[in-house]
Amino acid sequence: MSGNIWIYIAVMAVVTYLIRMLPLTLLRREIKNKTLRSFLYYVPYVTLTVMTFPAILTATGDIRTAAAGIICAIILAWKKQSLPVVAFVSCAVVFVTGLVLGLI
Amino acid sequence: MSEKKTNMFIQGIKDGFPIGLGYLAVSFTLGIQCREAGLSAFEATIMSLVNLTSAGEFAALTIIKAASSYLEMAVSQLIINLRYMLMSFALSQKVEPSLPVGHRLGISFGVTDEIFGISIGLKGKLKPSYSYGAMAVAVPGWTLGTFLGVVMGNVLPASVVSALSLALYAMFIAIIMPKAKEDKHVAFACLMAMVFSAVFTYAPLVKDISAGSRIIILTIVLSMAAAVIWPVEDTQGS
Repeated sequence: MSGNIWIYIAVMAVVTYLIRMLPLTLLRREIKNKTLRSFLYYVPYVTLTVMTFPAILTATGDIRTAAAGIICAIILAWKKQSLPVVAFVSCAVVFVTGLVLGLI
Repeated sequence: MSEKKTNMFIQGIKDGFPIGLGYLAVSFTLGIQCREAGLSAFEATIMSLVNLTSAGEFAALTIIKAASSYLEMAVSQLIINLRYMLMSFALSQKVEPSLPVGHRLGISFGVTDEIFGISIGLKGKLKPSYSYGAMAVAVPGWTLGTFLGVVMGNVLPASVVSALSLALYAMFIAIIMPKAKEDKHVAFACLMAMVFSAVFTYAPLVKDISAGSRIIILTIVLSMAAAVIWPVEDTQGS
């Protein structure tokens, strides 16, 4: 890597803290602009989707085990299970699928 | 510390405990990826301690691996963590208006999806001692997990590491899915995000755009399009 790792970490930390701190500290009224509020409403879900797909297909190194894990995650998330439960059980499904595929 | 403050602090620890455990598991996989990106255990541990953000750190590794500019790092963190700004706005309505600036600065450090979730779910006003209690278990969980991922990731069998690589993504699905189920506009926006993200990853020409830029561009364009087409009446409290 060519950039300095400590500068990267400092940039991340400062930007992330300012985002968290400024509204809570400075603004005591809601944003009135409807479009801006709506934009902020959609941002987390769109950004997480872009980060997840299609990278998730290659995450485990085998699309078959990834597919099993994805289906499991979707079903558990659909049933509104907590984040750690969805993460842990999906990983377990990937692991078991890998074992089964290794046997056949 | 008065008795009431102590009670709120302990309540925060109790509610934060499952979060801390979850963080420990998820940040372990982050640690494995830090190692792959070339970070030492010390660098990765400090990164987690001062950032406390799964999606942000995860995206940062892509940028560090690609040796992208500091500006690209700053913009990516701004965009990916923009949701914290929304949460911070919501929390500003949840604390006492008279809460001193010092406590506001303290609470701000612990604004994550999960801590926000338990804080906003409280009855009445949010007391700073509650936030500090939750942070007292969540921050060590997140930091320790990252450290263990870097130093122990390579002693685990490849099959286990491969399975754990799905954890972060599974957690993201767990954040997206309940919302998409409840709001079909969010569902459609996410569907479009999947289509465009796949196109930008594989199609000629656009696939040369870096992963960090792809996340930023698609998030801004698609979220703005959704905001214009389907404006939201009430974005608070959800």
